[in-house]
Amino acid sequence: MARIDLDVNGRVHTVDTDPDMPLLYALRNDLGFNNPHFGCGLAQCGACTVHLDGQPVRSCVTPVSAVGNGKVVTLAGLGTPEKPHPIQKAYVEEQVPQCGYCINGWIMTAAAFLNQKKRPSEAEIKDALTGLKCRCGTHMGILRAVKRAAEMMG
Amino acid sequence: MTRMEKPAHFSRRSMLQAGGALVVSIGMPIGLDTVLGIADAFAQGGKPPLTPDQLSSYIAVNADGTVSAFFGKMDMGQGLFVAIGQMVAEELDVPFKSVTVIMGDTATSVNQGGASGSTGIQLGGKQMRMAAAEARRVLVEMAAQKLGLPADQLMVTEGVVHAKADKQKRTSYAELIGGRYFNVQLDWNKQLGNTLYAPGKAKPKDYRDHKIVGQPIVREDIAPMVYARQDFCTDIKVPGMVHGRMIRPATAGAVPVKVDASSIADIPGARVIWDKGFVGIVADKEWDAIRASQKLKVEWSDAKPLFPDWTALYDHIRKAPIRKREVGGKEAGNVDEAFKTAARVVEAEYEWPFQSHACMGPACATVEIKDGNVTCWTGSQKPHFVRNGIALTLDIAPERVRSVWVVGPGSYGRSDADDAAMDAAVLAKVVGKPVRVQYTREQATGWDPKGPASIHRARAAIDAAGNVIAYEFTSKGFSRIDVNTNGGAPWDTLAGQLRDVALKSGDGFGVPAESYEFANKRLAWETIPPLLERGSPLRSAHLRDPVGPQVHFASESFMDELAAALALDPIEFRLRHVKDARDIAVIKAAAEKSGWQGRLSPRRDQTGSKVSGRGIAYSQRNGTRCAIVAEVDIDRTSGRIWARKFTVAHDCGQIINPDGLKHTIEGNIVQGVSRTLWEEVKFDGRNVTSVDWMTYPILDITETPQTIDIVLINHPEIAPSGAGEPSIRPVAAAIANAIFDATGVRIRRVPFSPDRVKQSLS
Repeated sequence: MARIDLDVNGRVHTVDTDPDMPLLYALRNDLGFNNPHFGCGLAQCGACTVHLDGQPVRSCVTPVSAVGNGKVVTLAGLGTPEKPHPIQKAYVEEQVPQCGYCINGWIMTAAAFLNQKKRPSEAEIKDALTGLKCRCGTHMGILRAVKRAAEMMG
Repeated sequence: MTRMEKPAHFSRRSMLQAGGALVVSIGMPIGLDTVLGIADAFAQGGKPPLTPDQLSSYIAVNADGTVSAFFGKMDMGQGLFVAIGQMVAEELDVPFKSVTVIMGDTATSVNQGGASGSTGIQLGGKQMRMAAAEARRVLVEMAAQKLGLPADQLMVTEGVVHAKADKQKRTSYAELIGGRYFNVQLDWNKQLGNTLYAPGKAKPKDYRDHKIVGQPIVREDIAPMVYARQDFCTDIKVPGMVHGRMIRPATAGAVPVKVDASSIADIPGARVIWDKGFVGIVADKEWDAIRASQKLKVEWSDAKPLFPDWTALYDHIRKAPIRKREVGGKEAGNVDEAFKTAARVVEAEYEWPFQSHACMGPACATVEIKDGNVTCWTGSQKPHFVRNGIALTLDIAPERVRSVWVVGPGSYGRSDADDAAMDAAVLAKVVGKPVRVQYTREQATGWDPKGPASIHRARAAIDAAGNVIAYEFTSKGFSRIDVNTNGGAPWDTLAGQLRDVALKSGDGFGVPAESYEFANKRLAWETIPPLLERGSPLRSAHLRDPVGPQVHFASESFMDELAAALALDPIEFRLRHVKDARDIAVIKAAAEKSGWQGRLSPRRDQTGSKVSGRGIAYSQRNGTRCAIVAEVDIDRTSGRIWARKFTVAHDCGQIINPDGLKHTIEGNIVQGVSRTLWEEVKFDGRNVTSVDWMTYPILDITETPQTIDIVLINHPEIAPSGAGEPSIRPVAAAIANAIFDATGVRIRRVPFSPDRVKQSLS
């Protein structure tokens, strides 16, 4: 066991835990951030995606000890209805989700991508999102939303 | 309005404040309007029993005039709750925004079957519409008495009842009954589940008067998801809760011989629960439960490998004994005699693999037992049946069990959710604490009930003039109800099967749903026994559009084969034989929208590695019709297929919400493409080997179709039928027919993975 400080959504929290435990469980169980979801525990689907220093990482395979001083942002920290990230706004406008369980992967990955890449092509968008899973088959809506967000971000 | 809203504003407190004296005793509603004033007879402060024959079981007007609609089905993310809200608001003449649909809690709704068979609107909505219409009728009668005017001189505008001639003569729903309950008996047909129907005396509105039904009202449950403010069933936390994990054998059918509890003794709070074939662990912390589940030493019985290798699956099905055979509908003419006169016979056989629900997240359920009462929070799409299953599993009265549906990680039928609920119930009873069971990815894909594998034989007799004189189609496969469509009984769940409950495997399959008319025609199905009776990772059950994709992959591929054999354009061939006017309309609509030009398949104008083709397929499903034109690109070198464009014509009678319908169709098409191109459960003699997203791949975002054009055919005069599944049904055949058009090669086995396509083309 070890006491580990985690900077999540702009606030530092301390957890007392096995340092090998994946970040996902610290977020969900110790800190009450429910929104990163357990999908596979194998970094194969994206449901647990959070930002670590602005980059999307799969929290289900990221040991809590590997976070260090990095800044973690979850979907809850990405934006709010009052101050949304464009991809969140676009997701609502395009009515993307069916069950919605996969959205951390798509939104957090797309947000990190769009923050770095202006006016991406459709092929670039698809390449940035490849490997993420959506079982309900909302792929058409996801692509519409990312394109809409890209337009908003100029 | 969000679908997760609890009826907090309909609390006891608000009722006591708003309600009048309790003048009618519970359970005596019949005939009271002849004794009491209408206002007293129709409304009361105490809630009548939650039974299907009570209007209060479906509709309540709250003290503030808002309406709660209690729905015994639920929305799996296709916007059903919006559509139900529209139907209720329409009949009641209240604003859409004032209706809250409360779904899937056995404490607040009767068993309308849960999510099932695309009947959310078709059957569930029908009942809610009738209940809302009856509520309006009763409220207008109450208003008539209060205002001293005949009911036929009154009208309702946004929840206010007023005289047609004088708007000042008015009262509101809130004043009439707000915060009290309807005390009105309905004419219940004594059925529970999908077929439950309990109309009142009221007739629903004429469709020409609809203002809210038919509007593209958006879902308001999306923003809470996107801003991380909505909990899923995985997020339920109960004080004192411990975390459970289940242990499954490496070889299917093996049972634990020895379980070494000391192997996890060093993990805080870790405990083993072992009962015959059922092994689980619990621990206070989730990470400890995970570690314990990985560390626990279990010695399993030496079970012999039972399964054929997945590559030998179809030979197994061919040779397997037939457990039940059924001819769908009525045989037309005399098929066997007609074949004796054939000038030639066209025949083909098609194969469809086991497929997994492979939900986005593995199943999760939490069960709390307190003072002999059980509460289960489940993602199961049939929570009322889960209540029954838990009652039987724990041997208590169903009235002591509350099952609460909380939105889960996707649901497309009888998934692993019902199994997780029973596992949690068993664990909670043994450990005496609330238990949250979370399956692993390996368990979700490897151990969920599977969509059944099957073979399909089709043959047609053709006379010397080139007419089809007979058609026979026979499916043979695993039953779609080897375990039932819900966890309502112990023998249908892993927890029951592993604890030695006697099994009751059912027989069910299906036949093509179409209107091809041939003088002699026979459609049949045959089921075979399961590979392993008890605790099988290949037990078969309902997976979205149960057996629809496999049956229509075969039947609609075969219609294309017939068209090619008779040198006819595939649409021209269909239109010669399809007899139903609405079927013809969807086929023509898809053809027109896609710019279909009549010609023979395959096209013969392409050389080189990259070729393209088009294909049509159509089917019915419980009243809904759907025709699809697929346009497909094939790389002959790599074997990769891009299902580039779909044109979908869809007729489900009256459209309640065109926006929700379009999203639902898109999801059907994309999931259908995934199942057609990629999905196949593999296994060896011992167990399923498709256990994650690498070994059970689904469609990637880079393979998304470029375009899905949707033509919605609205028939407001026809009662709405379902849309949750019909459009997944013809997808595989449309793609197969497009591949044939492009290459001249007929692929008769799903999935069309690159290896298989390459092999077929070489």
